[in-house]
Amino acid sequence: MKELNTEHIRKKYLLWILFTALLLVLLVLSALISITIGEVNISVFDLPGILGQEGEGVEYAILNKIRLPRIILGFAVGGSLSLAGVILQGIYRNPLVEPYTLGISGGAALGVALVIVTGLHYAFGSFMLPLVGFLGSLATIVLVYSLGLRNGKIRVQSMLLIGVMISFVVSSLMMFLMSVTSAENLHGIVFWMMGSLDEPNIILIRVALLASVIGLFLAYLFVKPLNALRLGQEKAKHLGFNTEVTLRILFVTASLLTGICVAVAGVIGFVGLIIPHLMRIIIGSDYRILLISSFLGGGIFLIFSDLLARTIISPIELPIGVITGIIGGTLFVIVLSRKNLRFN
Amino acid sequence: MLQIKYFKCGYGKKFYISDITFGVDKGGFTGIIGPNGSGKTTLFRGITGELPTEEGAVIINGHNIKDLTLKEKARKMAVVTQEFENVDVTVEDFVLMGRFPYQSPFQFFETKEDYGIAHKYLELTDMYRLKDKYMYQLSGGERQLAAIARALSQEPELLLLDEPTSSLDITHKMQVLNLIQHLNSEMKLTVLMIIHDLNLASEYCDNLIMINNGKIHVTGKPEDVLNYKTIEEVYNTVVITKTNPLSNKPVVLLVSGKVLDEHKT
Repeated sequence: MKELNTEHIRKKYLLWILFTALLLVLLVLSALISITIGEVNISVFDLPGILGQEGEGVEYAILNKIRLPRIILGFAVGGSLSLAGVILQGIYRNPLVEPYTLGISGGAALGVALVIVTGLHYAFGSFMLPLVGFLGSLATIVLVYSLGLRNGKIRVQSMLLIGVMISFVVSSLMMFLMSVTSAENLHGIVFWMMGSLDEPNIILIRVALLASVIGLFLAYLFVKPLNALRLGQEKAKHLGFNTEVTLRILFVTASLLTGICVAVAGVIGFVGLIIPHLMRIIIGSDYRILLISSFLGGGIFLIFSDLLARTIISPIELPIGVITGIIGGTLFVIVLSRKNLRFN
Repeated sequence: MLQIKYFKCGYGKKFYISDITFGVDKGGFTGIIGPNGSGKTTLFRGITGELPTEEGAVIINGHNIKDLTLKEKARKMAVVTQEFENVDVTVEDFVLMGRFPYQSPFQFFETKEDYGIAHKYLELTDMYRLKDKYMYQLSGGERQLAAIARALSQEPELLLLDEPTSSLDITHKMQVLNLIQHLNSEMKLTVLMIIHDLNLASEYCDNLIMINNGKIHVTGKPEDVLNYKTIEEVYNTVVITKTNPLSNKPVVLLVSGKVLDEHKT
């Protein structure tokens, strides 16, 4: 037999490692830039000093109480949404699916709107809106999931359509609520829906970060079936994978991640659609590298977007969705017009 | 090698195949023929286990497929269907997927052995030169060859093919079928293939199973199955059968309606 030629394989793995390293560098860089720039600019070189002298000082408070939590939340939410996007596109084998396609964000928004309209949000303090948002998205997930099952089997395409339809119904209900409520409540709802990384509650930030890491871990347990699913459900099954179990666990994982993100940060669009596609174009469709690069890429993208959102017309803060939409969308169109998008 | 006994499976009450009994010997080359909607693909999906067995059994080397895990099944039988998909995967990675049934769930990278086996079958199918191309860049014939290389990487005992050549021109049809014939005769790989084209079925298969209305109509050697009477019964089409002067296998000739009318009068 011929000598095994492994040069190109080594090159491929080396490329993956380098790409991950590059993303990690970009992540650190985005965090550093983001932490130093704002209403008060702080030099990178002063950072160790300020963070070292714990407790006192305005600068310490800005860093520790405002900027750092935002960066962590941006990383967690960006990573989670992007990861959820890449998983959902993989299991639905559809390039247009993003975390919000299935109505998960709509469900959360409806829950929040209901609470705001009825005035209940003053009842339980700052946990109320995230909690209701999460319950709303959970309800949607259960609905889509159970309607998508028949005879105990997942019908992938109908599930997608059901999700889209539920999304429409929910947004109509939202509009109904918004049309009958007071201007003040309306402002509250719209403000929540626009999404923001401004989250004072450190516990929620921790939950989001923990969820994103667990999500990444869970997704990696199914990285081989995900790779096989690129050929379609039937062929993946012929290769020995239990596609039913894979689809279920990945669907639930991606949906819960999305639900948590929406509950904590509101509706931040485009991340879950653009970053996975960008990564597919750059590094290919192998989920072994695609999952981690989408996760890191999403985090980086959202940290940068948030930086722009709060500095571009400072002191006014733009909704972060405006930035992700404009920058992300434009970037995506530019890349796409130069390169063919190949999807499964 | 493969025994199918009183087998019944299908889609609820709407359509099912029943009373299917036949065997394929080790190293055999068996073709499944029959009109559209006769139950060929249903039988195929019953054998692969996609449709659950309702009655009877499919037994592969002494194991009932009901008792095998998906992974065990994937090591015993490899499936090749028509590759329509424009998949964003290189030919090499595509063929490597045939090694999945041998890898532990948490084995993150392919072993040297996996690559060795994949490369061996890439060479055998003459696809090694295209290994760095993407599947979507290949022609239909090349895609089928890649699919066969992937199936071979599963190192199966049984190769199941569902119309592997129906969308190809005669050059590529012959290329793919000659390869399958070579695998069958040189590597003693057992082959079960659904094939539409009666002449190709006759030329390549040792045994034919003709299915009609969800039941086996007749089985046997091509010369026993492919005569004008059976074909007219099953396909409702007037044909003429002759013998191929080189291979001595039956050939089926079709006659246009106009010519038939002229002959009647």
